[in-house]
Amino acid sequence: MRERLDLRDTVWLTASVFLVAAPHVERLPSWVSLLAGMLIVWRLYLARSKRELPHRALLVVIVAGVTAGVYLQYATLFGRDAGVALIVVMLALKLLEMRTVRDATLLIFLAYFLVITNFLYSQTLPTALYMLACVWFITAGMIGINFSRAPRSVGPQLRTSGVLLLQATPLMLVLFVLFPRVEGPLWGMPTDAQRGSTGLSDTMAPGSLSQLTLSDAVAFRVAFKSPVPELRRLYWRGPVLWDYDGRTWRAPRARYARPSYNTEFYPVDYTVTVEPHGKVWLFALDLPGRLPPRALATTDFQLVSAEPVTTRVRYEMTSFLDYTYGINESEDVLQRNLALPEGYNPRTLALASRLKRQHGSDQAVMQAAFAMFGSQGFTYTLAPPRLGENSVDEFLFDTRSGFCEHYSSAFVVLMRAAGIPARVVTGYLGGETNPIGDYVIVRQADAHAWAEVWLRGRGWVRADPTAAVSPARVEQGIGATGAASALPLFMHDNPVLRRMRLTWDSVANTWNQWVLGYTAERQRTLLSRVGLDDATWRTLAGLLLAATGLIVLVLALVTLRRLRVRVHDPVSRAYLAFCAKLARRGLARDAAEGPLTYADRVTKVRPDLGTAVGDFVALYVALRYGDEPGEDNVGRLRRLARDFQP
Amino acid sequence: MQAAFKRLSTWLFQLRGPERGEVVLVQRRIFILPTRAGVVFAFVLMLMLTGSINYQLSLGFILTFLLAGVGISAMIHTFRNLAGLHVGAAKTASVFAGETARFGVSLRNPTRTPRYSVALTRDKVGSDVVDIPAEGDAIATAAVPAARRGRLSPGRLTLYTRFPVGLYYAWSYVELDTHCLVYPRPAPAGLPLPPLQPSGAEGAGHGQGHDDFAGLREYRPGDSLRHVAWKTAAREQVLLTKQFSGLAPSQLWLSLDLVPERLGLEEKLSRLTRWVLDAHAGSIAYGLKLPQATIDIGSGVAHRDRCLEALALV
Repeated sequence: MRERLDLRDTVWLTASVFLVAAPHVERLPSWVSLLAGMLIVWRLYLARSKRELPHRALLVVIVAGVTAGVYLQYATLFGRDAGVALIVVMLALKLLEMRTVRDATLLIFLAYFLVITNFLYSQTLPTALYMLACVWFITAGMIGINFSRAPRSVGPQLRTSGVLLLQATPLMLVLFVLFPRVEGPLWGMPTDAQRGSTGLSDTMAPGSLSQLTLSDAVAFRVAFKSPVPELRRLYWRGPVLWDYDGRTWRAPRARYARPSYNTEFYPVDYTVTVEPHGKVWLFALDLPGRLPPRALATTDFQLVSAEPVTTRVRYEMTSFLDYTYGINESEDVLQRNLALPEGYNPRTLALASRLKRQHGSDQAVMQAAFAMFGSQGFTYTLAPPRLGENSVDEFLFDTRSGFCEHYSSAFVVLMRAAGIPARVVTGYLGGETNPIGDYVIVRQADAHAWAEVWLRGRGWVRADPTAAVSPARVEQGIGATGAASALPLFMHDNPVLRRMRLTWDSVANTWNQWVLGYTAERQRTLLSRVGLDDATWRTLAGLLLAATGLIVLVLALVTLRRLRVRVHDPVSRAYLAFCAKLARRGLARDAAEGPLTYADRVTKVRPDLGTAVGDFVALYVALRYGDEPGEDNVGRLRRLARDFQP
Repeated sequence: MQAAFKRLSTWLFQLRGPERGEVVLVQRRIFILPTRAGVVFAFVLMLMLTGSINYQLSLGFILTFLLAGVGISAMIHTFRNLAGLHVGAAKTASVFAGETARFGVSLRNPTRTPRYSVALTRDKVGSDVVDIPAEGDAIATAAVPAARRGRLSPGRLTLYTRFPVGLYYAWSYVELDTHCLVYPRPAPAGLPLPPLQPSGAEGAGHGQGHDDFAGLREYRPGDSLRHVAWKTAAREQVLLTKQFSGLAPSQLWLSLDLVPERLGLEEKLSRLTRWVLDAHAGSIAYGLKLPQATIDIGSGVAHRDRCLEALALV
């Protein structure tokens, strides 16, 4: 239709590119953002001042430069981050050679594509809403370039775009629910697809957990089928750390035979939805009683997924909160859990041998250590002083303030020095019940480290030294401890904030479960709930086609309904109704036939209608062509038309 | 084979020859296909779907399916942009052979949906794009080259639109029963006029002439605009025609006999056309004698057009 773009289109499309690329700015290297921003400003300047666009050769030089720059930055041109950087710059450059409607159309398609790259980083509800607004805006831009002349206001453009999106929604829903989902990627995902997630790691050094505690990010959510156990019993088991080098605890590499365990008491059933964290662990209450799909359990009862958790993972779980395990633990394992690095922490070693002498049994030594933490002025803080080389010595005898990682680490060293096998267990403690969605939220802030000691005849027993120092941490969660003042605002116990936070999390959880977590498995469950067990893709395709056809039909009917002509004049309306009734009896009026000729012809064919037709047409002609219309005559004509029965 | 193809397209596109009166673009008359941009759009959607599957992007699925829905809905909107229009012939100015005739086509929109970017074309090269307001109308023109004198029909015209998103091309064929007059191509200017003849009996004495100003009278249609007293008109707000006295005006009878015999009919008509135009420009009263018709001595625009029409239809 129109070849060239005008200023209005150019500004609109430039704004579209800006809006879609804006969320990428925080992820892109600053030079890429800066360059893209400069290109956009340049394009606007050229459009405003009606100058020629730059020569193609210059653009080619810029493309080459940017490609080289991206390669230097990421050491690849593929993968998520490098790809997005390239697309953003290319889109900005495409703006600089956008002259015709055809260029603009291509740019719009690229902008749609850029929308989807945003979802590689964030799929939250706010992102979705923002991107929906962007799509609305871009589509309006596409409508804008199809106007033969610029409309006077943005109204028709935005309205039509909105109507298109609204009408697209039913089809989108049907496709979303029924389109067959495939498990796993079609090809290997770039390794950077899930970078920067926070979570527990398989090492623990002083400070690593307290850093995590400052994050309000959700680690996982749990919906209980059985009643929710008390907060103090919610020990979510994560990486178990065996090896200590004087500063850092590490998980063992070697795999040992799986120990036997027996469970007492009732099992707890629940469903866990883990947020992606890029590592392999899955979490379960101490002690997990089954395996999630495509996962295994290590000898120390960590659940390990076959692949890193890069997407949200949901699994059913059963745990036994009362258990005994490892009574017959192998000598190898016990030896390894007694090992201490040479030459570190002499004062702690001395303390351990004193405790051992004084108390005798392992159980009593453990009790004594707990008593020491509870009574000798130890404090629980998120901001402990820095520790030197003999970190446990300094902590136990000098600073005496620390966070759970200090307590668990010191406790395990003390136990090992006293000849009791012990190890550090990391994970999460507690969680927040969300009454709005009836589930428990466990955040990174709930990260915790505790200890496990092996007692002859009882096997591995959980021992949490933090409970001795700060019972509130265990009983009521981290927000209730004295350390809370160092926590971000969201963890404080403010009823209004809390209510808002829980409502929002409930919305986010629903979003996660039903929109983001709509996987092949969810689809199967949903379809079997409506009686479609084992739906093959053939069934799904048939269903999809039928539903799509139906939707298109309804859409067409609704859209084309607006084409019915409205006749404003009541006289004409009555006449048309009269003609329509005759047409249904096979006596349609010819386009060129006047009312009197028509009446003559009708009367010849159907003499029985003579009077009715004659009266009506006479009145119509009088009203149409006579001098005095008269309101009551109009009413009479309408009545005649209504009562006319050919 | 060709005949079969022609029959097929006649049936498919409902080609039925020229139609009288207003043509209503009912559903059966409108055809729709994706444009090249539409095909590219589908390709981009496939790409986005593949990406969504690979990266397990739920929102990617949603975006892809939403845009697919937009694509489907846009098809209906593009179709609707033409549906229900009333197409009729509007006034078309006569042209000389060799010029381009601009056929006026009236597009009436009795519905409550405004129509944007509806284009009319005959040869798919040049098109006239109009917007038609709700319950309003617009005139689009189709350019048709007028090669030969006589009556010119616009032939099959195409009404098409890509509104609102340019992903589809909806079109309809309309063959209106209308025509415009094509006058013969005038011979090059500079051809001397045939000798004038003095007018009949009242030729002597004073009558209307061109030399001396004799007074003003009320303007009558057909009077040469050169003789309108514009200054007076500006002052008095009425159109008056200046009258001149002088020698009795000469008159000019134009006929095919005045043209050398060796020229063909078209060439002869060309010359006559030129003379009609020159005589009109020179305010000379003239008449036209043709085998079929004779047009009496006269002057003015209406007279000229009558003469040109007679020449066109010889």
